[in-house]
Amino acid sequence: MSKTECKDYYAMPDDRGHFGIYGGKFVAETLMEPIEELRQAYEKVKVDPGFQAQFDKDLADYVGRPSPLYHAERWSRELGGAQIYLKREDLNHTGAHKINNTIGQGLLAKFMGKTRVIAETGAGQHGVATATVAARFGMECIVYMGEEDVKRQAPNVYRMKLLGAKVVPVTSGSRTLKDALNEAMRDWVTNIDNTFYIIGTVAGPHPYPAMVRDFQTIIGREARRQIMEQAGRLPDALVACVGGGSNAIGLFHPFLADEDVAIYGVEGGGDGIASGRHAAPLCAGEPGVLHGNRTYLMEDKDGQIIETHSISAGLDYPGVGPEHAWLKDCGRASYVAITDKEALEAFHIVTRTEGIIPALESSHALAYGAKLAKTMDKDQIIIVNLSGRGDKDINTIADIEGISL
Amino acid sequence: MSRLSTTFAALKTDGRTALIPFITAGDPQPSVTVNLMHDMVKAGANILELGVPFSDPMAEGPVIQAACERALEHHVSLRDVLGMVKEFRQQDNKTPIVLMGYLNPVEVMGYQAFADAASEAGVDGTILVDLPPEEGGELDAILKSKDIDPIFLLAPTSTDERMELICKQGSGFVYYVSLKGVTGAAHLDVQSVVEKVNQIRSHTDIPVGVGFGISDAETAAKVAAVSDAVVVGSAIVKRVAENAHDPKKISEQVCGLIAAMRQAMDA
Repeated sequence: MSKTECKDYYAMPDDRGHFGIYGGKFVAETLMEPIEELRQAYEKVKVDPGFQAQFDKDLADYVGRPSPLYHAERWSRELGGAQIYLKREDLNHTGAHKINNTIGQGLLAKFMGKTRVIAETGAGQHGVATATVAARFGMECIVYMGEEDVKRQAPNVYRMKLLGAKVVPVTSGSRTLKDALNEAMRDWVTNIDNTFYIIGTVAGPHPYPAMVRDFQTIIGREARRQIMEQAGRLPDALVACVGGGSNAIGLFHPFLADEDVAIYGVEGGGDGIASGRHAAPLCAGEPGVLHGNRTYLMEDKDGQIIETHSISAGLDYPGVGPEHAWLKDCGRASYVAITDKEALEAFHIVTRTEGIIPALESSHALAYGAKLAKTMDKDQIIIVNLSGRGDKDINTIADIEGISL
Repeated sequence: MSRLSTTFAALKTDGRTALIPFITAGDPQPSVTVNLMHDMVKAGANILELGVPFSDPMAEGPVIQAACERALEHHVSLRDVLGMVKEFRQQDNKTPIVLMGYLNPVEVMGYQAFADAASEAGVDGTILVDLPPEEGGELDAILKSKDIDPIFLLAPTSTDERMELICKQGSGFVYYVSLKGVTGAAHLDVQSVVEKVNQIRSHTDIPVGVGFGISDAETAAKVAAVSDAVVVGSAIVKRVAENAHDPKKISEQVCGLIAAMRQAMDA
């Protein structure tokens, strides 16, 4: 791939859904026509002022956007380096960035006349966000969730049930997010006539990576405007956690052409990259094909997908959105890993210093943001995407620390 | 002529339809597979479809998912599967073998390395479930250069435009997936299969196989009457699973079903 190709960040994906060698449409024949119908429907609403006005209105009145950009002054002072600004996606309705995307896809499902929505979920945030829009639009909702995740994210499971969704525990494979995705695909292929599959991240077959990104770029567009208002200039660096990578691409994308803004995606480092027990395909994986797209994967020498490990269910995924794979190869973004331990430390520090309880996923971004800040000057600026709130994680954290609630 | 075209031509002369049983290679253990392949040929199978185990078989129902998991407990890799084909070829150089699986193990091995090794082992065709013709150009050209047929699926959702594309890019035969869903789902609707097969035939002269939802001799016979090949997967894999502890019984049960289907199809 030539370097010039990498320069036009906004030309991706191409019309076949490729980001360089990544992305594409690697699905069974039965799904080829449905994803083509989806692509056409999405192309239509993308330029439809009525749809976009409804989307913007829902983001404002229902989600509560714009989310604030908050200067974490006390924490920045204690770190003694760059000024950290937190993009407060945790303050959205349902507590994370996921709702931006489910509002968009929910409206599209309605536009396409679908009466049933399905979703996969890891941490449960996307499942809750899907169940929320399904309740509001009066649609039947099925959420597939790995049996392991059902256990470690019990509050979110209950939330989904309250919202009227049916949560199906997935017992195949490693019983986590990737298996939930497999099961959702199987449901979709069986019920394509009335069912819309709301994928929760910037992965899957084209047009999902581009469509989910487009729904999430509201994060970066707001942050760009807000930092100009508050600091009068662009930031020096952006930091976001990357599981599938939707909150990250949402923040990064509007800054891609600003070459002076450094971009860091933070993967789940688990017990450390050297241990092999992690969820960091961009740091330690190889390109391959899974779940409808070519991207970096955690796989063994035979091409079997291997089990991942992260304290955070939302990062516990062996693949990653294809646009991140492409940005990595282009060198436009850097991808790093933060261990479970480092994320936990950041969780506590931010909670105690700023009075904000972050999600374990976002704690990975916070941990890297802190590391980075210490290497920078006091007049420099980092925006960290605080992608979700940590209420859902308090049981996990209490467990780890031997506290019974 | 390739083994696939020779086989289809011979069956056509006899006025018979191909019976294609599917097993997952290495299920329930690697030592079972090659013998079972020979036994299935003796029982009346004309072409063998060998599943390459994959950790994330997205298009499979619970029966074949479990077969993949059993095989993967023994770490059966794509290279191991090719080894089994090679071993089978020592005694049978006539029966075509089609590999069915997912793209990633092939990606990791490398397209050229895979095509070379598959050709050397005696593989005749490949069905890669998650590789549609739009993404398969490069691999398909390499496979064809090694006389391996890239075989594609057609679905109830496939438009005329897609049928045209698939019939042009595929070779060997086309495989019509008779229902929307995963493998091992409910019974198929024979009437709608007839309509679709006729529609496919208006696009191509290559043989049309039908699979998904064929679990007994009666359905096999009905589908055989309107197609060139009947593919049976989950019904066979289920019998493998039920007798996993006893290789002899696996063969008895699987071959019993194949013989009954063969008989009904030829009646």
